[in-house]
Amino acid sequence: MTTLALARGVTRRFGEVVAVSDARLDLGRGEVVGLVGANGAGKTTLIRVLLGLLPPTSGEVRLFGEAPSRRTRRRVGYVPQGLGLYPDLTVDENLRFAAAAYGAPAPVTHDEVAGVGDWLVGELPLGLQRRVAFAAAVGHEPDLLVLDEPTSGVGPLGRARLWDDIHGAADRGVGVLVTTHYMSEAEQCDRLVVLAGGRVVAEGTLKEILGGLTVVRVRTERWEDAFGRLRDAGLRLGLVGRSLRVVEARVEEVAGSLAGAGIEAEVAEAPATFEEAFLMLSEGA
Amino acid sequence: MSWGVWEISARYGDRPALEGVTLEPRPGSIAAVVGADGAGKTTLLRVLAGARDADAGEVRRPAPERLGFVSQGSGVYEDLTVAENLAFAARAYGVEGHDDRAAELLATTGLAEARERLGSQLSGGMRQKLGVAMAMVHRPDLLVLDEPTTGLDPVSRVELWTMVAAAAAEGAAVVVSTAYLEEAERATHVLVLDEGRPLVSGSPEEVLSSVPGVVLEVPTRPEDVPSWRRGRTWRAWIREGDPPRGALRVAPDIDDAVMVAALSRARP
Repeated sequence: MTTLALARGVTRRFGEVVAVSDARLDLGRGEVVGLVGANGAGKTTLIRVLLGLLPPTSGEVRLFGEAPSRRTRRRVGYVPQGLGLYPDLTVDENLRFAAAAYGAPAPVTHDEVAGVGDWLVGELPLGLQRRVAFAAAVGHEPDLLVLDEPTSGVGPLGRARLWDDIHGAADRGVGVLVTTHYMSEAEQCDRLVVLAGGRVVAEGTLKEILGGLTVVRVRTERWEDAFGRLRDAGLRLGLVGRSLRVVEARVEEVAGSLAGAGIEAEVAEAPATFEEAFLMLSEGA
Repeated sequence: MSWGVWEISARYGDRPALEGVTLEPRPGSIAAVVGADGAGKTTLLRVLAGARDADAGEVRRPAPERLGFVSQGSGVYEDLTVAENLAFAARAYGVEGHDDRAAELLATTGLAEARERLGSQLSGGMRQKLGVAMAMVHRPDLLVLDEPTTGLDPVSRVELWTMVAAAAAEGAAVVVSTAYLEEAERATHVLVLDEGRPLVSGSPEEVLSSVPGVVLEVPTRPEDVPSWRRGRTWRAWIREGDPPRGALRVAPDIDDAVMVAALSRARP
């Protein structure tokens, strides 16, 4: 696989604050990599360093085999969270403007925005606006695409269409780096890089990252009482349907606490969800 | 007593915002309302919370002082401290002086150490948690939360859902809106809205068991069969007949169920 973007030992400080510390990242042609991290974990800083918008304090960054520059920028498409579209221009005008800004003669579109070329962007529903932003970022046929939370505010159906677009670009050989906070999206990625406190704390497929991590699941008729009891014991709790989920606790500890209050319950280990795994990885950092 | 809306419609001028929507949140349960921006989630929650009326249909809600509502944005006062915000909410709901309750909520939110911090100095996650704490300070019968987790990262989201669970454990009927199905999966009832109309409604188990036809996993996009991406493979749906060659039958998850519902509506 051809490596499009590479970071080795990248550290970036802002004064005393270390935003990114010794980060490593690889992105190959046609690959979809998810960058996952809490707010403030260093995702945006790492992206900005990768794109050459911010020099690293130390470490190495290569884009298409060279140091990031104005020239490499032309081979990158970027969709910020705020979309970066002009609401009072039409879809076609936005696409032409974006292509021109990247130095491309005319935008190349696929089927993201078919049939809405004459619409003002501001009049489109958000899901469609996000597809337009995507089309604008790929109109100059970049080799690398960076998407910052591309589906926020989009419903389940619009999200499926956007992921169709993203995978379509990857099928054409584009390398995609996408930030997300959600498991249904992490599931769409070939590989994930999890950042916490500026460090890469886990890397691999979603399955690999979730593999082996467990929580304690509690099933009981008296779930309200169990909830109060475990919360008072200072444990971290979640609720799924009528089952309680306890993060970072041992089965014996939970069972003991419930038995002490005379609450009959089935207490067992269960595989962690994405969010729970994320919580454990973030706090272990 | 049961709260909720039955077959309601609501419009803004000529534009319909909701059509034929029913939601009956049960005490001690969480109902999730899922949809895109503009799908009608906020309108539905505003009707439930009494912030606007429905144009048709039946609405039953508790008295205003038995209701808690957090509209989009947290409702936290920026120039009051965390403790003052909570005290203000307690006064507004007529439960002033219940200091144990405030302390308990501060502990649940993890905001105890930030009690003297101004609202303007809180992170997004802290502000949302404080907003929810303020809306449940009086142990409401019905708690309505409009997208409390939007913009939050997974760590803050877990903490916020713990508060939602705490409200349900105290017996409140809780209604939460979100753009993400995976958040709705933990609720006892899921209502998916599409352009103001119900697309899917039921418990997560009911939603999954009522998927018509068969959902398949296929390695390449199938021709003439409705399909959607799932990572490097496709999911495809056939209502009846034989699956195409090379297709693997899979148990649909909630994302699949919503896609199938949308496809069934599009192709009756």
